[in-house]
Amino acid sequence: MADQIHSTKFQDKTERNVFLMVFMLMIVVAIPGIVEIVPLFYLDETMEHNQHPEIVWQREAGTTLADWKPGDGVRPYTALELAGRDIYVREGCYTCHSQMIRPFRDEKERYGHYSLATESMYDHPFQWGSKRTGPDLARVGAKYSDDWQRRHLLAPRSVVPESVMPNYPWLAENMVDGGHITKAMSAMRTLGTPYTRDDIAAAAAEVQGRSELDAVVAYLQVLGTMVKFEDKDYRQ
Amino acid sequence: MATTPVEKYNFDVVRWFTIMAVVYLVVGTLVGVYVASELAWPFLNFNMAELSFGRLRPLHTNAVIFAFGGCTLMATAFYSVQRTCGVRLWSDKMAWFTFWGWNIIIVAAVITLPLGLTGGKEYAELEWPLDILIAVVWLAYSINFVMTVAKRKTSHIYVSNWFFMGMMVMITYLHVVNSLAIPVSMWKSYSVFSGVQDAMIQWWWGHNAVGFYLTAGFLGIMYYFVPKQANRPVFSYRLSVIHFWALMFGYVWLGAHHLQYTALPDWTGSLGAAVSLAMIIPSWGGAINGMMTLSGAWDKLRDDYILRFLIMSLAFYAMSTFEGPVMSSKTVNALSHYTDWTVGHVHSGALGWVAMVAAGALYHMVEKLWDTKMYSAKLVNLHFWLATIGAVVYITAMWVSGIMQGLMWRDYDEFGTLTYTFAESVAAMHPYYAMRAIGGMIYWTGGAIMLYNVVMTIRQAVGQRSASVATANA
Repeated sequence: MADQIHSTKFQDKTERNVFLMVFMLMIVVAIPGIVEIVPLFYLDETMEHNQHPEIVWQREAGTTLADWKPGDGVRPYTALELAGRDIYVREGCYTCHSQMIRPFRDEKERYGHYSLATESMYDHPFQWGSKRTGPDLARVGAKYSDDWQRRHLLAPRSVVPESVMPNYPWLAENMVDGGHITKAMSAMRTLGTPYTRDDIAAAAAEVQGRSELDAVVAYLQVLGTMVKFEDKDYRQ
Repeated sequence: MATTPVEKYNFDVVRWFTIMAVVYLVVGTLVGVYVASELAWPFLNFNMAELSFGRLRPLHTNAVIFAFGGCTLMATAFYSVQRTCGVRLWSDKMAWFTFWGWNIIIVAAVITLPLGLTGGKEYAELEWPLDILIAVVWLAYSINFVMTVAKRKTSHIYVSNWFFMGMMVMITYLHVVNSLAIPVSMWKSYSVFSGVQDAMIQWWWGHNAVGFYLTAGFLGIMYYFVPKQANRPVFSYRLSVIHFWALMFGYVWLGAHHLQYTALPDWTGSLGAAVSLAMIIPSWGGAINGMMTLSGAWDKLRDDYILRFLIMSLAFYAMSTFEGPVMSSKTVNALSHYTDWTVGHVHSGALGWVAMVAAGALYHMVEKLWDTKMYSAKLVNLHFWLATIGAVVYITAMWVSGIMQGLMWRDYDEFGTLTYTFAESVAAMHPYYAMRAIGGMIYWTGGAIMLYNVVMTIRQAVGQRSASVATANA
């Protein structure tokens, strides 16, 4: 019985030699991932700014992040926004809120223009999310006042009675750590985010005396405001 | 008999993994019930950071996938590899290192996740020091397994071991690549990838954690424990060969279907969706191979409650691997994405397939490892029904709420404006969120009964053994 081959010779050989089987598995399970992932790093069509360079902020030498105006194009987050983003990740906001608008009529009316890949180019990690227990936040920036955002974060049901979001009272009590944000921006720079040395040097002073609530509001208010959308097709 | 100083097999480490798996089943599903209840009754967040939904939800997923799922996979793999190869584990030291390492990771997760220390990538939240530890422990587990197979006494490698090895290879790739990050401090790091590339890598990981960890690994369990418990050979060897390689090659493509209509290029999402549709074939190949193993012995289901778990799990597996391809087709995905339907789909796989086949295998092992019968067969049966009903209640609630959400979001009135505000859709979910929490509670009760039954079985077996030793010595 043991000598009889019930499948192919190669399969039989694989079943007799564990190292051959592991080797075959190493190849078979690697191929699809390589095919789907690697081209995303070099195909120009992946990022819209390769065809439309104006959607990325063309920063002039000597300017600071504060010189940027909404609609000037995608830029790295300011120190306060980055601190807010870190808190957004820490609190697991992505478990209930997406940041990825799909190209459907209802999503356009509810949330705005569909999201571009370029808009999350400085997002380490991405925060597209997978679930909308709450609404999409990709373009929540400038939709509500700072004051509304504060009240909503501290007690969501005081402004939206149907909400099931937790209250975040501790955000008002905790202060942003300037030393940490300086290190965080340096790490981002290592990853290729175009922060200047001056940006990083100014970071600690920028967040000085600001609460975590200030930081989260600053982050939310910039979401989706970076690119000015005209009647242009960014995707085929 | 008592002269052999070492047991033929290392079952001690298997026993401990088995016990911990049952403990984590109860803990992980309890956290799940709690976070589900928070969505129905938000006061349960108690204004406390450590109890808030966003921090506890990753704890729930990590506890059920890595604590419960991981300990189950390690117990069953170490058990079945020794039995099918006829040899002791290659290294006892590495096996114990795997046990302690894995449990330290779990304890660290229980501490760090509620504190908000997270990498922020779904199902891979743990921060970089723990990611490194996971890689080391996972490799120790895998190498020990492969080397045990290498020194086997049989000529061919048994099919369950193929699936375990497929999982080990793929999870190593996935974990290492997806977790690549640059540390900012001890407990904070940034993914080296950003935006669209990070999204694709995350879902390559996310879907294959399901495809390899929760499917291939658990199919390994199925291929050993179903034939053993039914006392019949596997239905078809050829089917197992074909569906094994098809599953290994096919599953890896699927991650992209999580990103359809997003800023991911259309070619990637469509490719993922196309292969997803085809995946029903290898998936059902496995389900049929498992179920048909029972052909000619269906009557065993009448009084073998452990076998019931195994067969019901295959029914759920067949159902959710049918639902998956449907949901990945573009038309359905446009509706189902971002809704509770996805959550329901995951849980039909997790509660119905993974946890049920695991329960069957764990009960089987408890009887063998302690050389006894379960303390109460009736309680096994009660657990079976609670698990089945709990899973069905949960899934049904999520189907209704998910499809309702999707329809409400895209509904237009006669003036061509959106009919519902988002807040109205949230309010409409309340009864289903409550129903889901109740379904989860029923499922959890079954798990708690299992823990009680297992503890009593072990106490009884150990008690009898010491009594018989005392008699022998007298």
